[in-house]
Amino acid sequence: MAKDTLLGKTLEELIQIVTELKLPKFTAKQIADWLYKKDIISIEEMSNLSLKARTALLENYDLGITASTKVQVSVDGTKKYLYPTAHAHKFIETAYIPDQKRNTLCVSSQVGCKMGCLFCMTGKQGFQGQLSSGEIINQIRSLPERENLSNIVYMGMGEPLDNVPELMKSLEILTSDYGMAMSPRRITVSTIGIIPGMIEFLNHSECHLAVSLHTPFEDERKKLMPVQNVYPIKDVLKIIRDFDFGLQRRISFEYIMFKGINDTPRHVKELCRILDGIKCRINLIRFHPIPDTPLDGSDDATMEDFKEQLTKKGITTTIRRSRGLDIFAACGLLSTKELVKRQEEDF
Amino acid sequence: MESITEQKNKLSTTIVIENKAIAPGVFVLKYKKVKSFTAGQYIGLTTDLSVTPRLYTIASGENDAEVQVLYNLKDDGWLTPRLSEIKPGSELYVTNPDGDFIDDESPAWWIASGTGIAPYAAMFRSGLLKNKTLIHGGRYDHSFYFEKEFIPVLKENYIRCCSQDKGEGLYHGRLTRYLQDVKELPENCRFFLCGSPEMVVEVRDLLIKRGVEYERIVAEIYF
Repeated sequence: MAKDTLLGKTLEELIQIVTELKLPKFTAKQIADWLYKKDIISIEEMSNLSLKARTALLENYDLGITASTKVQVSVDGTKKYLYPTAHAHKFIETAYIPDQKRNTLCVSSQVGCKMGCLFCMTGKQGFQGQLSSGEIINQIRSLPERENLSNIVYMGMGEPLDNVPELMKSLEILTSDYGMAMSPRRITVSTIGIIPGMIEFLNHSECHLAVSLHTPFEDERKKLMPVQNVYPIKDVLKIIRDFDFGLQRRISFEYIMFKGINDTPRHVKELCRILDGIKCRINLIRFHPIPDTPLDGSDDATMEDFKEQLTKKGITTTIRRSRGLDIFAACGLLSTKELVKRQEEDF
Repeated sequence: MESITEQKNKLSTTIVIENKAIAPGVFVLKYKKVKSFTAGQYIGLTTDLSVTPRLYTIASGENDAEVQVLYNLKDDGWLTPRLSEIKPGSELYVTNPDGDFIDDESPAWWIASGTGIAPYAAMFRSGLLKNKTLIHGGRYDHSFYFEKEFIPVLKENYIRCCSQDKGEGLYHGRLTRYLQDVKELPENCRFFLCGSPEMVVEVRDLLIKRGVEYERIVAEIYF
């Protein structure tokens, strides 16, 4: 049986581990330092731990730091890393997006995705498993450009709020003093609106929230995003409207633009209506076509006009630049379908 | 902002009437109905007020006195190992029914894999019988839950696609192959899909490739 990994453990969990191994309690903080603040690749390198402590850890745990097995580099400088999961021989993708002012890492939270959105490549591979907090943190910890990283977005493979326990642990590690000590204002978690997970996240994290909206009309959204049948956007917006985001915490809405589907003046009007009273921004995203899709992306002029109309109505709106398109690292294109050993079929 | 207490207040206590395995690892749980529902809706279930309810589509008819839920035992899950042990007379906590995976009397194909049959069982038991074709994909000949109810009523409009076993009345093969083999897909008909994400995305792609407008496809994914 594979050993559990240390990476991804919160300080509380590390205290529990050292207690079980009959090691001094302060060892937990030392281990956290090695895991999250230093650059080691083996337990043996934890040089301020006693030999007894290192031996006990080695006998019972793996470190959990796993280098990427492949990197693709886009003409625009975006890099897409392929990481194997710790034990299950599955793969995930992570996109590093350098820019002049900020360097963003787009991390995955699941292998594949259950949500089945019509426009998303990850959804087409189905769901192969949850990532542990260690596997989420490893995408950051093993990133060669880790020192340059300024922002993290949970917008890679999977729905983060369908994996709340591991998501929350990873956010604690990223933002705690004992961990990577990042400001929560540099971290954004994206969701399609899983309500129980969203409530948990809003109440127990300070990180920003992004909600995939894509159309303000419920009937249209159902056809694009099956989750609408379970968690309607009106319920999602009610929770957001009732929550006090304070001055610093940000709520944004992601809006992929589909030609003739969600890019009309009618949509502008309805967006303004449903978002009334919510201090937010809208990120307009170009649709990157995927195989067998019945959807086309809106053209640039339509997107600019849409942005202008929303801005005139007082909603801060941006058009997100597509990055890493040539290496399939852009929004909605991450997939390890080809690497997934096909699950035994049951249908 | 909805507090945890407010969420809990939305849960109703009910009593388990029956909890029975109907196939290896697959159970039907029956409990006393608390609130009325529309066929195709889901409820949240939990055995512990401190644990977020898990969602299950109701499988019983709208007018039945009891609510039926079909579930797979997942050994690594939190709820289903506990549910599988629950005895008649035990208390259970349920949310109000909700959800929009709802059909009407217009023509439709109901496509399911595994326990994704549940909403169609609810629709069928609620009287939606005309103009419906039910296609169920399963691995074994015991995977076709509620088949004894469907066969005499739906007759040739009930297709069981069995990927592993062969048997009388079974189409031997995956349901995606069946759908590929169908010569002509009906027009002016909606396609309801319910089951695993893999099935839903694969069937949706297949239907779109065969010319079905995506607006005619209604999907519910189990998560």
